[in-house]
Amino acid sequence: MRRYPRQNHRVLQVVARLLVPFMILFGLYVQFHGDYGPGGGFQAGVIVASGLILYGLVFGIQRARFVCPPSWARVMMSLGVLIYAGTGVVTMLLGANLLDYDVLAHDPLHGQHWGIFAVELGVGVTVTGVMISLFYGFSSARDAIDRQNSGLPSGVEASSNVEQSQ
Amino acid sequence: METFIVGVLLSFLVIIAIGIIVLRDLLAAVILLGVYSLIAAGAFVVMDAVDVAFTEAAVGAGISTILYLGALRFTTDRQKPRGHDSLPALLFVVITGALLIYGTLDMPHYGSATSPAQTHEQVAVRFLEVSGDEVGPPNIVTSVLASYRGYDTLGETVVVFAAGIAVMSLLGLRRRRPVDEVVDDERAES
Repeated sequence: MRRYPRQNHRVLQVVARLLVPFMILFGLYVQFHGDYGPGGGFQAGVIVASGLILYGLVFGIQRARFVCPPSWARVMMSLGVLIYAGTGVVTMLLGANLLDYDVLAHDPLHGQHWGIFAVELGVGVTVTGVMISLFYGFSSARDAIDRQNSGLPSGVEASSNVEQSQ
Repeated sequence: METFIVGVLLSFLVIIAIGIIVLRDLLAAVILLGVYSLIAAGAFVVMDAVDVAFTEAAVGAGISTILYLGALRFTTDRQKPRGHDSLPALLFVVITGALLIYGTLDMPHYGSATSPAQTHEQVAVRFLEVSGDEVGPPNIVTSVLASYRGYDTLGETVVVFAAGIAVMSLLGLRRRRPVDEVVDDERAES
């Protein structure tokens, strides 16, 4: 795979290549530091997804799909809800109410800590998956329309965009 | 000083909103929407609602803009010229707006320490006093969101999930054979 496809956006590509890892790192920071500062699963999921979306915008959707296949995003969507609801089920199995984290550890405060960690993780994973799926959904539906129209004069410009992005 | 900054930011919001309405160029309108969210986030920071500001900046200015741009690819970037301006519609909007503004007159003043939300013993006071011993995290927003209100947040997560499923069932579940072949080719190259 070429390092920098599409010669015409070289500056954007170099900058994006530098930025994306830090965006994802910052997303993880927001995810796991949400107990102490502003942030949490929703914001972290959006930030991590933004990193991948920036990559997709600059390097082309096909490469983004190569990095994170749409099936992964779909699995993440469901997995996050499963982690969240699963935490609730675990607390019920341990004899407490749904999402009553006190019983997750011997010390109620530690239990709360673990519970919040788990549900925030679930929120983050779901939001990341949904945002990436939305991005893929919009782009792939448009590509399909472009291909259908590629024989028609009105679709010529659009389909040349698709070729460029490959 | 803080009131002044909030005032400036809020008047920016009004100006941008008018700009979005007036502009015929949809691409510019989408970018202005992103600017709107960013300035709203700034206003939230000044009002000490950092978590809300964070979400507004990430979702409103970041993801929404990109999704609007994706939606624009399905259409043109010029808005069709409007037909005649309807007088009943204007009247309806003005009356609704006036009623909404009238409704805000009953609300407590911004930052009022005696508003019901601040003084309710089972809610704000209790969270501030005992959440550190009951739940732990120094960020009380997290305690409320993930622990006291965990069931609610579970619902929100399911809503996000359902929204994703809905959009995918409308847009994203096509087979993408040509794309997959391209990726396979690239894999073979590397």
